[in-house]
Amino acid sequence: MVQFESMAILTKKSGIENKPIYDSAQRRLMPLLEAREAWRYRDLIYFLVRRDVTARYKRSVLGIAWTMLNPLGMMIVLSIVFSQVFRVTIKDYPAFVLSGLIAWTFFSQASSAAISVLVWGGDLMQRIYIPRSAFAISAIGTGLINLLLSLVPLIVVMVVIGTPLHMTILLAPIAMVLLGLYSLGVGLLISTIGIYFADVVEMYAIVVMAWFYITPILYTLDLLPANLQGWLQLNPMVTLVELFRSLVFYGKIPSLENWLISIGIALGMFLIGWLVFTGKSDEFAYRT
Amino acid sequence: MSLPTVPEISTMTSALEMQTGDDVVILEDITVRYRVPRERFRTFKEFVIRRMKGQVQYIELLALNHVSLQVKKGEVFGLIGANGAGKTTLLRLVARVMRPTQGRVIVRGRVAPLLAMGAGFHPELTGRENVYLNGSLLGYTRQQIDELFDQIVEFAELRDFMNAPLRTYSSGMLARLGFAVATAQMPDILIVDEVLSVGDIAFQEKSAARIQQFCKAGATVLLVSHDMGSILKMCGRAAWLNHGEIVQVGQADQVIRQFEIFMEVEAA
Repeated sequence: MVQFESMAILTKKSGIENKPIYDSAQRRLMPLLEAREAWRYRDLIYFLVRRDVTARYKRSVLGIAWTMLNPLGMMIVLSIVFSQVFRVTIKDYPAFVLSGLIAWTFFSQASSAAISVLVWGGDLMQRIYIPRSAFAISAIGTGLINLLLSLVPLIVVMVVIGTPLHMTILLAPIAMVLLGLYSLGVGLLISTIGIYFADVVEMYAIVVMAWFYITPILYTLDLLPANLQGWLQLNPMVTLVELFRSLVFYGKIPSLENWLISIGIALGMFLIGWLVFTGKSDEFAYRT
Repeated sequence: MSLPTVPEISTMTSALEMQTGDDVVILEDITVRYRVPRERFRTFKEFVIRRMKGQVQYIELLALNHVSLQVKKGEVFGLIGANGAGKTTLLRLVARVMRPTQGRVIVRGRVAPLLAMGAGFHPELTGRENVYLNGSLLGYTRQQIDELFDQIVEFAELRDFMNAPLRTYSSGMLARLGFAVATAQMPDILIVDEVLSVGDIAFQEKSAARIQQFCKAGATVLLVSHDMGSILKMCGRAAWLNHGEIVQVGQADQVIRQFEIFMEVEAA
């Protein structure tokens, strides 16, 4: 009896609602439609991020600690190699490396995760309608949580080796959001190309590896010959990593020009990715 | 699940209403063409070179070929046909998982596909967490799930297991939870692929009762099945698809009779 009563309420409720209308011919303004749909599914994005973070936490004994131990381990290895073997003489090298490394790790992991969920995560999307961008956005969201968590080992290292902490670290979330927008743009762009050429996705893993070395993470720009420095500035990640690093490591507020360039790069990449992706996102369903 | 009304859409609604009366699913001259390269290109480089030489050839695979169909509000409509006839592609169009290559699909109302029961279930998360995840995948907002939560748990009969991780559930429990979430709110259009066989016999009856209740309340059902008996029992009208084309649309018993004659001839 209880069941029947609750059913009656449900039936009545859905009767009042305005009926959504789907018309496949309505495909103008796809970038805006997709943005509206992603917003409508914002709770899904929240639950996907929560799933990825808590599933990781529940699976292993150390759980969330791995998020922090992983970059720490990398830092130790890199610090030993570069300060002992190659004799790099950058001040507070371990903290210097770690501050760049966590920004880079965020970018490479989040963009790769966004690509793989769009290209390989198709089974669900073949059966029910979900705005695909929601999956990409949630991959970036999970990455941002991990990036936030990896600030903890960075601060610990800075305290241990005596690097002064600065209040500018409180502005780091702005740099993180810019890194997130940039990563989302790259992820959307590469996965759209991946519809047509599956190997582009695998190529991306190699590109990211090379990209790491042309971004000043293990070294500073001024260690390079002057003519090379100019070329490296063409790499947008140089600007974004430097923005992040100056806030968390150097404790310097970047100049207005730097802010504007960084915002331009992040928004520009995001818009390119979003426009290309939404223009072609119908093709994903045809891929299998 | 109400969409914010944009002026453009609301004017379209009135135009549609005049045209089509009470049809809730309208397929207008639908063609779905998969374009498959004849050979798989291993590399991008190879593709570019061959493309420039004009050596890339495609096989065109017609999943649906100029299909038109209207389903009225409140109908229980069956889709029959051999494997590869285009039934699943047709359901995908209605579920708006894919857009047609040509033609137009109009769906009026909220679609609940029972093809995705338990979509995105994660074994390490608790029953409660999975209800929220699964519900949000189906398009419910968090607030809607809050309101529906007790009713879902009650229907799935899993009150005592909500805080246990899903890996401890039996397959019957998983199926019950999936069904309860998918049908927590009455949809306007329900898509059912193959006849429901969820959980034990008692739960099967309970889930069948819920679907019948939806029908009584005016929901439209699209049913795909290879079991002619259940199509005959449940559906008023049916469509027979063969190689992406509609062979016949009409009263379920007549369409089934023709289909069975055809299949016997094929077999002989």
